[in-house]
Amino acid sequence: MQRFYNEFIESCRIALAQIQANKMRSVLTALGVIIGIVAVTLMGTAIRGIDTGFQNSLAMLGEDVLYVQKWPWGPVEDWWNYNNRPNLVPADADKLNRIIAATPGSLLEIAVPVVGRGSPVKFEDNKVNNVFTLGTTADYARINSVEYQEGRLFNESEAGVGREVCVLGYDVAEALFPGRPPLDQMVRIGGHPFLVVGVFAKQGEFLGLFSFDNQVVLPLSAFQKYFTTRRGAELRVKAKDKNQLAAAKEELTGAMRRVRGQLPGERDNFNINEQQAFKAQLEPVKSGIAIAGLFITGLALFVGAIGIMNITFVSVKERTKEIGTRKALGARRRSILMQFLIEAVAICLIGGIVGMVISYGLFMIIQQVAPNFPVAFSPDLVAVSMLVSVITGIVSGFLPAYGASRLDPVVALRYE
Amino acid sequence: MSSSLNSVNTSSAGSLSGTAQRSYREPGPIVIEIEEVTKLYKMGEEIVHALRGVALTVRRNEYLAIMGPSGSGKSTMMNMLGCLDTPTSGHYHFTGKDVSLMSDDELADIRNREIGFVFQTFNLLPRSSSLQNVELPLIYAGLSPTARREKASQTLRAVGLGDRMSHKPNELSGGQRQRVAIARALVNNPSIILADEPTGNLDSKTGEEIMQLLEELYALGNTIIVVTHEEDIARHARRIVRLRDGLIESDLRQS
Repeated sequence: MQRFYNEFIESCRIALAQIQANKMRSVLTALGVIIGIVAVTLMGTAIRGIDTGFQNSLAMLGEDVLYVQKWPWGPVEDWWNYNNRPNLVPADADKLNRIIAATPGSLLEIAVPVVGRGSPVKFEDNKVNNVFTLGTTADYARINSVEYQEGRLFNESEAGVGREVCVLGYDVAEALFPGRPPLDQMVRIGGHPFLVVGVFAKQGEFLGLFSFDNQVVLPLSAFQKYFTTRRGAELRVKAKDKNQLAAAKEELTGAMRRVRGQLPGERDNFNINEQQAFKAQLEPVKSGIAIAGLFITGLALFVGAIGIMNITFVSVKERTKEIGTRKALGARRRSILMQFLIEAVAICLIGGIVGMVISYGLFMIIQQVAPNFPVAFSPDLVAVSMLVSVITGIVSGFLPAYGASRLDPVVALRYE
Repeated sequence: MSSSLNSVNTSSAGSLSGTAQRSYREPGPIVIEIEEVTKLYKMGEEIVHALRGVALTVRRNEYLAIMGPSGSGKSTMMNMLGCLDTPTSGHYHFTGKDVSLMSDDELADIRNREIGFVFQTFNLLPRSSSLQNVELPLIYAGLSPTARREKASQTLRAVGLGDRMSHKPNELSGGQRQRVAIARALVNNPSIILADEPTGNLDSKTGEEIMQLLEELYALGNTIIVVTHEEDIARHARRIVRLRDGLIESDLRQS
């Protein structure tokens, strides 16, 4: 063990001396690894960024919220079957809540009706078109964990009498009230005056498709007063325990069939959607991007590895006589193997570290220039790329180093 | 190891000189015993009989020269004696152990512990200091860095290079380089010192100095085998073995 340790230290010393003695060559060789590591780590941060964005988006939907809707999330083939389903109406939520209340040990907490449309929202000369206008009850606060920038959600009494109050999404408030407090101002939603009682905190976009900040929330009764609910409603149902979501979903299915008066044997005429459905749909896309990305960037690293292999072959050839001398002085095969392996690994590791630093710099620049671009840098990514560089060194250095260890000392000593 | 050799490595004296004198010594125990050794090489299609059955016995504290023209099997003999190569047939016992059947790594250990090589071209590592070069066999012997440094610097002082420890080979003269190489050969207290044309790359005056150093080492009890084609060099040895066409032509002791 002591012997191995001494040889190891000695090999490291030789490797560093060798790299120093052949600076230009080592730098050029390391460049291949640097490029490879930069490519791989940047791709890694991008993949992780996509993943994080994805997780955040899903979290916006609520992990414990089930969506009762006419249509399923995701593509359908027999769309006419879904189209013929009767619309859900806000009153279904009341019926559902009565059933939930009457069920002992129910896994469901509450159902909240939500209706929606796109409307222009105006304040003085500022106008935002096609704001997602959402009508719901005061119970909305119980299924949505969103924070408020300022103000509050409308309360039950306001909702009960259908007062014209509203809560603005962050971007809407920014656009309508640049540098001014929006609270207690009158905005016009679809032409009708509403009093601003609150502003949501910034939430971000859902998978880059839909912005939660570009919406305005009204009491359902006020919504119904001015806008049509012909397109139907959806019910958002909160489960008590997110770990029993499947059982809760089953219970909800039964309850909804009662609400809808469905006969046994009849197919459900509604869909219960959950964030899981998005996951299932987007997972293959995500892993497709990851595999393709890592494959392409892996090629860059592969080219770098070939460079290392090549330079190790050259190094072995150049130092054949030295290998012979070392063997004559008692170096075992293992010692020679280790010496050249460590040299290859050292170049890779240096390349890896430099590559890491460059990646981090690029990452900082990306964050500055495009804050919305999904990138995420993490310590375990650093660990992984260091590991990758070490493995690259071992794999690419092994063949030439093994060759060196097997050299016949007589032949090696005679080599000029 | 012989006690006199130990005294080389533990003495803090700066020189070995003063003890050298030509004298006949009682032969010690057998170090090398070669019986009916042959060695065949394949050179393309041709099979070369480098050694055709040689027998040789070397005892402790002998000073032996192996001579012969090129193609006589001299180099093969030296590789064999140095455990760099194994015979095609026959037996080679080194201090009683049969090395003919040893694996590469076992041979490496024998070379490390028992044999000190001195090469014609010195074979020093160019980017390492004298001290690092002398430490090399000790690394493979598994010594700790402090023990290595201590032993290597003692040996360097003993060959008269106490003030050249941190010099690189290109900062040393040819004679000094060969002294570093000799210190490297000595440092692990080997059973034999095997010198292959040790003066071949030196001018005659420096060569004579190196032969004087070997003479001193012999006087201290070391076993020395010099492979050479120069009569002048061989004359230093107490026994001359001449090879021709893979056979021992003559084996003469001289006083």
